[in-house]
Amino acid sequence: MSGAPQGGAANAAGGLAYEEPLIFEQSRPGRRGAELPRCDVPEVDAAALLGENLREDLPALPELSEVEVVRHFTRLSTWNAAVDLGLYPLGSCTMKYNPKLNERVARLPGFAWAHPLSPAAEVQGLLELCFELEGFLAEISGMDCVTLQPAAGAQGELAGLMMIRAHFEQRGEPRSKVLVPDTAHGTNPASAALNGYQVQTVASGADGVLHPGALKAAMDETVAALMITNPNTLGLFEDHIAELCEIVHAQGGLVYGDGANLNALLGVARPGDMGLDVMHMNLHKTFSTPHGGGGPGAGPVAVKRVLAPYLPTPRVQRGPDGRFAWRDDAPHSIGRLHGGHGNVGMLLRAYAYILSLGAAGLRRCAEAAVLNANYLLARLRGAWHLPYDRPVMHECVLSDRALQASGVSTLDVAKRLIDHGYHPPTIYFPLTVPGALMIEPTESESLEGLDRFADTLLQIAEEARRDPALLHGAPHRTRHRRLDETRAARKPVLRWTPQEESA
Amino acid sequence: MLRRAGCSSLDELFQCIPPPLRRAGALNLPEAGSEQEVLARLEALAARNENAAAMDCFLGAGCYAHFLPSAVDALVSRAEFTTSYTPYQAEISQGTLQAVFEWQTMLCGLTGLEVANASLYDGASATAEAALMALRITRRRKVVASAGLHPHTLQVLRTYLRALGAELRVLPAAADGRTAAPADLCDDTACLVVQQPGFLGVVEEIAPLAQAAHAAGALCIATHSEALALALLRAPGALGADIACGEAQSFGVPMSFGGPHLGFLAARREFLRQMPGRLVGQTEDSTGKRGFVLTLATREQHIRRERATSNVCTNQGLCLLMATIYLSLLGRRGLAELARLNLAKAEFAKSLVRRTPGLSLPLSAPTFNEFAVGVPDAAAALARARDAGCIGGLDLAPFAPQLGPALLICTTELCSRAAIERLVAALAGVQ
Repeated sequence: MSGAPQGGAANAAGGLAYEEPLIFEQSRPGRRGAELPRCDVPEVDAAALLGENLREDLPALPELSEVEVVRHFTRLSTWNAAVDLGLYPLGSCTMKYNPKLNERVARLPGFAWAHPLSPAAEVQGLLELCFELEGFLAEISGMDCVTLQPAAGAQGELAGLMMIRAHFEQRGEPRSKVLVPDTAHGTNPASAALNGYQVQTVASGADGVLHPGALKAAMDETVAALMITNPNTLGLFEDHIAELCEIVHAQGGLVYGDGANLNALLGVARPGDMGLDVMHMNLHKTFSTPHGGGGPGAGPVAVKRVLAPYLPTPRVQRGPDGRFAWRDDAPHSIGRLHGGHGNVGMLLRAYAYILSLGAAGLRRCAEAAVLNANYLLARLRGAWHLPYDRPVMHECVLSDRALQASGVSTLDVAKRLIDHGYHPPTIYFPLTVPGALMIEPTESESLEGLDRFADTLLQIAEEARRDPALLHGAPHRTRHRRLDETRAARKPVLRWTPQEESA
Repeated sequence: MLRRAGCSSLDELFQCIPPPLRRAGALNLPEAGSEQEVLARLEALAARNENAAAMDCFLGAGCYAHFLPSAVDALVSRAEFTTSYTPYQAEISQGTLQAVFEWQTMLCGLTGLEVANASLYDGASATAEAALMALRITRRRKVVASAGLHPHTLQVLRTYLRALGAELRVLPAAADGRTAAPADLCDDTACLVVQQPGFLGVVEEIAPLAQAAHAAGALCIATHSEALALALLRAPGALGADIACGEAQSFGVPMSFGGPHLGFLAARREFLRQMPGRLVGQTEDSTGKRGFVLTLATREQHIRRERATSNVCTNQGLCLLMATIYLSLLGRRGLAELARLNLAKAEFAKSLVRRTPGLSLPLSAPTFNEFAVGVPDAAAALARARDAGCIGGLDLAPFAPQLGPALLICTTELCSRAAIERLVAALAGVQ
């Protein structure tokens, strides 16, 4: 920081790397960034109309000019890593390129300014789009019916388990347990708990996949469902999947598929053909809708016919005249999950993506994603500890075991990657691998890009041996050095208060 | 690349998939389209939807046509915001993290409460999450909700509660449209949920409802489907609400046929550990410089798994950013004035309705920017409105049959005086 202006006068940490206070700290009374239209109707006496209910204070919002607001958020944006800046190999999140066409499409007024309660007859284009997208997703997943309502993968899990619960209640045999492999995403057990299910963890084998023996030992007639991610979070295909499904079905149970890793299977294999009964798809992962700094996503759920009566309502249907309508006459439906029709703005991006790629393009996408992950694995073999050294699908998992002699941890490696210009992979997940680094390059990376990333990881392994302190102190080249998460949790400060400004 | 990866063909990459499970033929999907072809297809679909950009929109009912300042879309379109993800790696996600911290602060100010989270899916699921939070806090099993909740919110609440086997009781509305404070809340009631303003547009009296809830040892939850009302009406936290939640689409988020929108949730600080969803907190880096991180993750599914406060992972980050930018542009005076402008438009429309034969105002309680209008024949009135270039409001027959033939009409700042006059004339059948 030497040579940088000090104190309140600091504008930039260096060159164009701007400092930027909180927006509240820049507020000046009387400024505003948006003018209102003139009032063309009589003014009203709000106090007379609303009495005690009228708010006396003004809401505590900042006051800035438009250019100040624009500069504030533009500067903030420059502090984010993003797919459009470079490789973002966050495992299980499928940070692939998000085509710009999809953004253009979502902004068409016939979509962006459409109202969810417009009569179906007046929004036929949107209903047709939803109907066709349901068909595409059913074909891709190998399922029979699809609901587009869930707003994210986790809400899709919730919906799927609600349907499973309704299925057993309808049969008069409510069940109490859900089985989850030890490699599962945390959302799986959390979604089961929201349905009142007990969660039982099933250990995967030494080769990283779930074995029929382990499942048989856990499976009985109190189990409503097995939740399984395939490929799993180690990037491994659950090669016993057909037998696992048979074991669950033999006891009357159902199999839920977490579709977070569907990108590896597009056009190559279909979860429905493997015996799964219900699954969600993360459109923000597999189908290229942008991740938006943490959403919005979309989590459509596909089911086999056995669960179709329980799908959320309303459902879009095509009549014999080719017109589309909403139907909610489903007495066994779990009900409604979303205030509107789901995250339609994301659905139509995914629809445009599927049209752009077609069947052949989707398959090429899976091929390139799997090739990229295996290529990366091959480049890292030897220098990095590979807890499961076998061919992978779309992602691979490393661990920090080989670095432990030098005292370097996965967290240090992640932060050092930042110095080299990369967003780190998912770390410390799956929980079955101590010090895991879960890398998903996606199909969007070129050979040269993969080589650069592999070279960097090899270099970091070397740095760890030569100069562990360099990694402990990383990142060194960022606007912020390592941030203290313990401090944030110990005394939570979750909003700005004017007192702090003066403190 | 294949050789280096140890394969001789692309098919060999998938050798770990047992052959019977591999698909031989192509998927039955349309052939790939060029950008120009796909755009043309989507434009054709878009052209077949009535929308508020082409017509005067008087349809609200939980999704509102407000003016969108150009700077909002310009800023959220920046790829650094759009193509990043949940800010797990704080040092290279400070843009998102600081914006969330600013949103949490703004939401606390608007609701009069002390802690706010980094968004939930939509107003309906935020209301359900608030009710689940109350079940956990009180360790009780019953939710009491006003009939003034948006019917879809009520349906989603029912869906979530049924999965847990929790009970839902719906309080009927009084004749003027408001929710009367119940005298008979039993000691198994976890919370009383009221929507402000109610689905039919009426401004509720929150304080007596909060008192009734607290007297029974329950929490009071105030939910919102038109967040702009927060700038005009007394803050729910100041009226005794323990949790404020709902939908903030009105703050700069496009209608987009009902989603993606912006669920929000704020609460009193003592309930912090039971909150669902992401939270951003302030901290320092190793040199003492202020920064922001995701915090209190021990509540969340990726740490706590089946004992988490919620299963929420991905939320509505980019919509949160739209709202934060929108509120920054409008500012404290701008937002309050905008709310008053909406109120004035509605009062003008109501004054026209009052003096138009055949139309009536069936509910006497005060309203904000939305209100029910009695009409002789709802379908005919809406058809005439459409002919006059108006999306004429919501037919209330499925939602509030007790009102007889009626429409729910919303007037925002986008509704000009001339359009309001045209709508009222069309509803009444006056040429």
